[in-house]
Amino acid sequence: MGGARVEAKDFGWHHPGRHSPAVSGLSLVIEPGQKVLLLGPSGAGKSTFLHALAGVIHDDDGETALGELLVDGVPAEDSHGTVGMMQQDPESSVILAKVGDDVAFGPENLQVPRDEIWPRVRASLDAVGLGELLLEHSTSALSGGQKQRLGLAGILAMQPRVLLLDEPTANLDPEGVLEVRDAVIAAQRAIGATMIVIEHRVSVWAQFMDRVIVLSPGGGISHDGSPDQVLVDARDELIAAGVWVPDYSPQASTAHRASDSGAGAGAELLRGRALAVTREQPTRKMMRARKKLARSPEPVSLPLPLRPVTDSIDVSVNAGEHLSIMGVNGAGKSTLALTLAGLQLAANGILYATDELRDSAHWDVASWSPEELVSRIGLVFQEPEHQFLTANVRAELEFGPRQVAKARKQAVDEKDLAQRTEALMRRLRLDHVADANPFTLSGGEKRRLSVATALATAPRILILDEPTFGQDANTWAELVNLLHELMTQGTAVVSVTHDLDFVEALGGRTLYLGTHS
Amino acid sequence: MSINIFDARPEYNTWLGKINPGIKLLVATVVTLLLVFTVDAVTGTVALVLEMIALVIAGFKPFNLLARFWPILLATLLSGWGTAILAEKTGTVLLDFAYITITTGSLASGVGIMMRGLAMTMPALMLMLTTDPTDLGDSLAQTYKLPARFVLAALAALRLVGIMFSEWNTLGAARRARGVGARNGVLGTAKSVCGQVFTLLVQAIRRGTRLAMTMEARGFGAGQRTWARVPTHSSKDLVFALTWLAIPVIAYSISLYAGTLKLVFGSF
Repeated sequence: MGGARVEAKDFGWHHPGRHSPAVSGLSLVIEPGQKVLLLGPSGAGKSTFLHALAGVIHDDDGETALGELLVDGVPAEDSHGTVGMMQQDPESSVILAKVGDDVAFGPENLQVPRDEIWPRVRASLDAVGLGELLLEHSTSALSGGQKQRLGLAGILAMQPRVLLLDEPTANLDPEGVLEVRDAVIAAQRAIGATMIVIEHRVSVWAQFMDRVIVLSPGGGISHDGSPDQVLVDARDELIAAGVWVPDYSPQASTAHRASDSGAGAGAELLRGRALAVTREQPTRKMMRARKKLARSPEPVSLPLPLRPVTDSIDVSVNAGEHLSIMGVNGAGKSTLALTLAGLQLAANGILYATDELRDSAHWDVASWSPEELVSRIGLVFQEPEHQFLTANVRAELEFGPRQVAKARKQAVDEKDLAQRTEALMRRLRLDHVADANPFTLSGGEKRRLSVATALATAPRILILDEPTFGQDANTWAELVNLLHELMTQGTAVVSVTHDLDFVEALGGRTLYLGTHS
Repeated sequence: MSINIFDARPEYNTWLGKINPGIKLLVATVVTLLLVFTVDAVTGTVALVLEMIALVIAGFKPFNLLARFWPILLATLLSGWGTAILAEKTGTVLLDFAYITITTGSLASGVGIMMRGLAMTMPALMLMLTTDPTDLGDSLAQTYKLPARFVLAALAALRLVGIMFSEWNTLGAARRARGVGARNGVLGTAKSVCGQVFTLLVQAIRRGTRLAMTMEARGFGAGQRTWARVPTHSSKDLVFALTWLAIPVIAYSISLYAGTLKLVFGSF
């Protein structure tokens, strides 16, 4: 076993119909067993290189692949089974419904005899720390970190000689990040495979790596050497590219940070007392009973027979203040966010809008109509694409205000709306993509657009679910600055997050949720 | 809420759950096909009653089963009603109201169609309820030699369907948070549902593409492959096959003996 030698000779990849190649002029040799961290700005073709090396993209017209890409002297396309690859999304690491079948999938395809498969499956599961699981265990019952480790076990069972990891920890919470990283490092040490990792969060991986290679956006390599050397030499270049280099935390401008201590003095907007949140949907009967009770002019408690995720939450959301909601996976953070945003009924307790927030609406946030909601509370989901509704960025930003005007039976002041939309696009640097389809934007642009759509209806409260997940350092800093600006203007910001740096940068109060027992 | 087709169901641990899925599929198909040819009330009723007895013995509650799959029950009731109205009017008139005339003869035809419909769907329900899709996949690919590429791709896709269900709910909440659902009339609602479907499809295609890459990186599609698990057979399979195949045979025999047997291509 051991590692394989990876060699690229003037390698490139030119997707048919694109102006310029995704990768070009790449020449490198990676010796067997070497551990390489691959960095570079988005668009430099890191993923394309990995996909080509794994043999999962194909040169159908004979003009797409340029140069040569060899694994132990064999073209990468023909080296199935030698190369194992893991992707970012834990859901795409899992193929079959049962843990055992999923790990056995690779060996089966490589025509490993049946008697050899099961020992391999057990050894691989042990190697990634999932040895406790039954082979019949359901793969959908696993956490994100466990799914990635299962994917790793599936790769190890094929006894690969090259491990390719494409941002394997970008979609995981801090606990999952370490769990997967440690499993990868231990597995690599055990089998001695050559390893190439792409990862924005450099500090997670750098100390375990032999070598760091930085791809340049114009093609080829801009830096190549030991982690210590490259991370010093290429530091400015990497920071500019949005890479999270060690010991560097993108700073919000100091003018905003000064306002930290002054924030939090605003009026109370939303209040929850002894709140129990649930993921279950109420039945029609419960909804009817609730509607009747919710007519009460004063806030009342409306217990529902739904299983709570967590209970006894006391929470208040104040103008101009940041509130972070933290806690372990499954503690009900996102469920609380949905409840605060009026999109999910609480199982028990009271949640009400204060006079300051409700205006002409009812105290009961959950009974608000969509247009009452969007003009008061904006909720930004973790996955921006889930909230895109129209065919271009401009229409996306105009959607909310138009809905509100329609519901209030008012005519839309087209000139005013166009002006406000332009201003919002400039502020979030989206003016250059005004007519682009939201689905075609870059990751950072999508995140900014999803925040902008919530801001378009000028809500008093902005709730964000894991806003910094998988974002590069540049988008992260922009987001922090923008939220500071909003708070200075009196908007309340609530964020569900695992990101301690983010919490520190925004200040305010923190609500920790424990699991319900 | 999430619906997962692969979640282990208690029915998997019943006697029927332990029968080889390939045998179950074959027997269920044969029983259903045999019953296609009958149209009289006696054959269908006898077959249905025998199937129910077989299910009760295997530890099921057939009426609960029908209640769970109520759309099928409704469909067979409607087809029976339709037949009763349209069938040849023989015997004495039972109901004569406006355009609707039902006689003893047409009623018997209606009941026959309905009973046959239920008797034909029971084996399929039994198969669906007691069979783990992964095991069925094993049988289809290894016993019946269906292309492995097709069977495994279908299993992987089926897993994504479960994910799509929960994603649909998330999408609904995400869109409500944007103000979708404000009073827009029927057209607006239809437009909004189409949009939600579009987003779901975009996500599904992306996820599917990524999953295909993972599968290919694990050597899928290269041709020949081995199988870590083999479909198992036991003497129970034989008992099962004989019992269920006997059902249509007995039903036809009784009907023939009673002189009521009527087939789609004429009576005896």
